[in-house]
Amino acid sequence: MKPAPFSYLRVNDLVEAFDLLEDYGADARILSGGQSLIPTLNLRLSAPSLLIDIGGLASLRGVEARGEQIRIGALTRHVDVERSPLIATHLPLISQAMPHVAHAAIRNRGTIGGSLALADPAAELPACMLALNATMVIASKKGERKVPASEFFKGLYATALEPNEILVYIDIPATHGGERYYFNEFARRHGDYALVGIAAMCEFIANQPRDLRLVFFGCGDRPLRASQTEAAVLQTGLTSPQLEKTITTAIGRDLDPQADLHASSSTRLHLASVLARRSIASFLNS
Amino acid sequence: MKHSASERLVGSPIRRPKARQLVAGRGRYTDDLRPQGLLHAAFVRSQYAHAKVLAVNTRSASALAGVVKIFLADDLLRVCRPWTTKFSQVPEHRSAPQPPLAHGTAFWQGQPIAIVLARSRAIAEDAAALVEVDYEPLIAVASGAAALADHSPLIHPSLGSNILFEKKLRSGEPETVFRQAPTVVRRSMRFPRLTGVPLESRSIIADFDPTQKTLTLHASTQVPHQMRSVFAAQLGLDESRVRVIVPDVGGGFGIKLHTYDDEVAVAASSLLLGRPVKFISDRFEAFVSDNHARAHSADAALALDQDGKFLAFSTVDVMEAGAFSTYPRSSVLEGMQAINQVGAPYDAAAFDAHLRIVFQNKPHTGSYRGVGQPIGCAVTELLVESAARLMSIDPAELRRRNYRNAAQSGPVTLSGVDLGGELSQEACLDKLLALMDYPQLRREQALAREQGKYLGVGFASFIEATATGPMFYGSSKVPIAASDGCSLRLEPGGTVSCITSAQFQGQGLEVALAQIVADAITIPFEAVTIVHGDTAVTPMGGGSYASRGLTIAGEAAMLAAVALRQNILNAAAELLEAAASDLELHTGRVEVAGTDRSISLAEVAFAMHYCQHLMPPGASTDPMVTRHHASRRSFLVANGIQASMVEVDPESGFVRLLRHWVVDDCGKIVNPMLADEQIRGAVIQGIGAALFEECAYDDQGQMLAATMADYLVPMAADMPDVEIGHVETPVTDTLLGTKGVGEAGIVGASASVANAINDALAPFGAEVFHLPVTPEKILRALGKIT
Repeated sequence: MKPAPFSYLRVNDLVEAFDLLEDYGADARILSGGQSLIPTLNLRLSAPSLLIDIGGLASLRGVEARGEQIRIGALTRHVDVERSPLIATHLPLISQAMPHVAHAAIRNRGTIGGSLALADPAAELPACMLALNATMVIASKKGERKVPASEFFKGLYATALEPNEILVYIDIPATHGGERYYFNEFARRHGDYALVGIAAMCEFIANQPRDLRLVFFGCGDRPLRASQTEAAVLQTGLTSPQLEKTITTAIGRDLDPQADLHASSSTRLHLASVLARRSIASFLNS
Repeated sequence: MKHSASERLVGSPIRRPKARQLVAGRGRYTDDLRPQGLLHAAFVRSQYAHAKVLAVNTRSASALAGVVKIFLADDLLRVCRPWTTKFSQVPEHRSAPQPPLAHGTAFWQGQPIAIVLARSRAIAEDAAALVEVDYEPLIAVASGAAALADHSPLIHPSLGSNILFEKKLRSGEPETVFRQAPTVVRRSMRFPRLTGVPLESRSIIADFDPTQKTLTLHASTQVPHQMRSVFAAQLGLDESRVRVIVPDVGGGFGIKLHTYDDEVAVAASSLLLGRPVKFISDRFEAFVSDNHARAHSADAALALDQDGKFLAFSTVDVMEAGAFSTYPRSSVLEGMQAINQVGAPYDAAAFDAHLRIVFQNKPHTGSYRGVGQPIGCAVTELLVESAARLMSIDPAELRRRNYRNAAQSGPVTLSGVDLGGELSQEACLDKLLALMDYPQLRREQALAREQGKYLGVGFASFIEATATGPMFYGSSKVPIAASDGCSLRLEPGGTVSCITSAQFQGQGLEVALAQIVADAITIPFEAVTIVHGDTAVTPMGGGSYASRGLTIAGEAAMLAAVALRQNILNAAAELLEAAASDLELHTGRVEVAGTDRSISLAEVAFAMHYCQHLMPPGASTDPMVTRHHASRRSFLVANGIQASMVEVDPESGFVRLLRHWVVDDCGKIVNPMLADEQIRGAVIQGIGAALFEECAYDDQGQMLAATMADYLVPMAADMPDVEIGHVETPVTDTLLGTKGVGEAGIVGASASVANAINDALAPFGAEVFHLPVTPEKILRALGKIT
């Protein structure tokens, strides 16, 4: 299919983009890597009147360390995140996740900001942001505001972004050494959106687990933190023989996955409990 | 004639020069062509699986700038007849007339209702979105069970039932055998609706020239001559007024064998407007308009005696067709091969099969690579390995005990398939077991189980009915050639143009044909140029289907080469003043045997074109010859065996394919690289059917998997290497000795993979018989989910 007619403007700075957003409102869409937006246009699932191409804004591209934080520019391509030594050192969870993000050809064009702003509930990076307590830096004509990941993802393809705003940076607390990370997903084929995936972290202090975060994707309308399971696991103990039962019981209270063509709700729930167990096993072995 | 030197090229893995062109982007596909005055077509397609089309309002769509015309069914029916699939020898097959655009009733979601013709495809799509269709939804028949239910709505009330075709096959006393057998394995199997997903979607440009009353079609098709015949008949033109030219074809797999309403609508539109019209199907509409295939439910059984000897096979198969029987090949062969290949590799005493092909409010089903054979194979082989597990007999050994003994049983199976002669099943099995190092694999498997890893090994023996003879279509008055033709033109410089009716769709067949011709004439491979894909230029012939290209078109090329070689020798005899029988043609020269007298092939060719005065009148020295070939048999039956090794994660139900092996006997092999790649490609498609692919529908007949994100084809990175061995049992009544190979891979692969999964699940007592074998089905079989 061919897309419905649209106008295209490539902006030279953010102010230009903000002006266009003010003029066009919800009729405009921001174009960065185009890996989700362009297929959506071609399938005529979306028909914006204007595409604002921000691909030329070099200041939004790149990874830098800022104190305790790693700042990733929204236009940083997946491939650059995947290969970044800063991210490998300070954000190992994201490094683990990157090979699961679609295919190499898509990672060459797609951007982290694009993925987060789209907020596909089965995507890897939104779950990582939630697990890592990332902060979204959002800009508009009025200036910048910061939104924690836990408040950014609002629902199916829905975020805290207003029509006149652009996601510009993501600030993520760097690891300080005591955390162990686990990322995995079940996808029918490598590179597909996951049936179920997990981005998990556990901080160990003196070998005692403290801050456990289990974030699931593909299990709801947005990435979901399984707080009841986290609490139950910490209470039962990571090495308890009751762990499997604890997880199976608690996870049903945290998650109510949707069914689709590729998996039923009960399959997703079962796979989520498998991933939860494997994350705990991995924490104990690392 | 000396053939000793001719072993040189035939049998060699010569690479495809064409591949370089295609990967360099120098291929030329139908969509690359842009004739003057071109219009682009887009279709308004039915949103409902079954509905009355009450009204179609095109006013605002027609007003859009760039829109030239919008046609509805009545407009096209002025120049185009509906078509009804008929087989005069198969009166129990029934279908209904199909129009180029839905006429009053829409029979499936995706059936075209209106054709929009515009300056660009984008404008045509904009306009199509503005066309308003007023529907009255009808109850959709969207499953085999629904079609057969009492009080089911009839898709074609005039036919009196939803049954397109019904067949019962029976041999021996199956009821008695099943009643008395000590062991009976009975399983319900499901094989989903699939489609072929060629990389290049269906593409056509129709250009009617009103001054000459000629219609030229550039089309991505496997069968140019069939297409010429069908389009001429439906549009009321003489065949000589229709020319089909085939640019590069990016895969067909059977999808490009059929008559599509939207393509006929494109030609009819060109007739009405006198302008060229292009239609390139997009992926979205391909999923609801390309031919589908398979879609079987089979309740099958195998009876065995206490020693594991097979006593009887039975299958009750309900196959879902579309709303019409596919034109002109019908939807019958898919069903027939799904039942008549059940048990075919084995001896037994009795056989019982019941097939019902039922109409559905879904796209047509018909020939997709393998045509029913993967189902016949899977039904058989899944039963065989279930029986092996039940009786604790090694599955390879169980097969060995039961392979057909043609000397005792004769060439015809209990289901009526004439196998022609001896199969090489034991030789294939032996070679396979050696190739895979079978005992070692079983040791690995046992070791892995101790460590909590679940490996599985499965097999599938198969037969492959290739190179259909003229009895099937020709005797039923269906104009589909079982023959192919080849003209060889000796060029004045001594090279040869090979003008073939074979149709290439990416198989590399052109290389094998050149090998045959070059060897038979003893000229270099590079001296042969292939010309094909133009009904005005090539001899008539069947094109590309039923694994026939090399076997039929190759034999025609061989016959033509033998004849041209003789003409060359006849001419050289005059020039050298020697008897033709004393001459030897080696690369580039004709020599009088035992002397130093010789002449170059180029000199002979020059004389054959320019110095006829040197040849006596009446001597057979024409520089161009044409030969045709058709098999006199129903099929040339190839055979082989496949095996797979998988790891199943019993916690998640996920399957990892580790290894896959094939040993195939396709007779004489002309190009081992091409043969192996045919097998590999088809194996991958069979793996797709085993694990991933399904045209999923809801109970309203709405397609749920109409994008590549939902219709999952196998991806290269997830596939194992496919290790291949061959047994060569040449056919004895042709010069070439080949059988087909194009479908061998897909016939056995699904069954082999499914068996390997069930072997891995054996410690849990779990089995899966519904394809594709998804993680969810495995989890359910394991009792992990309900």
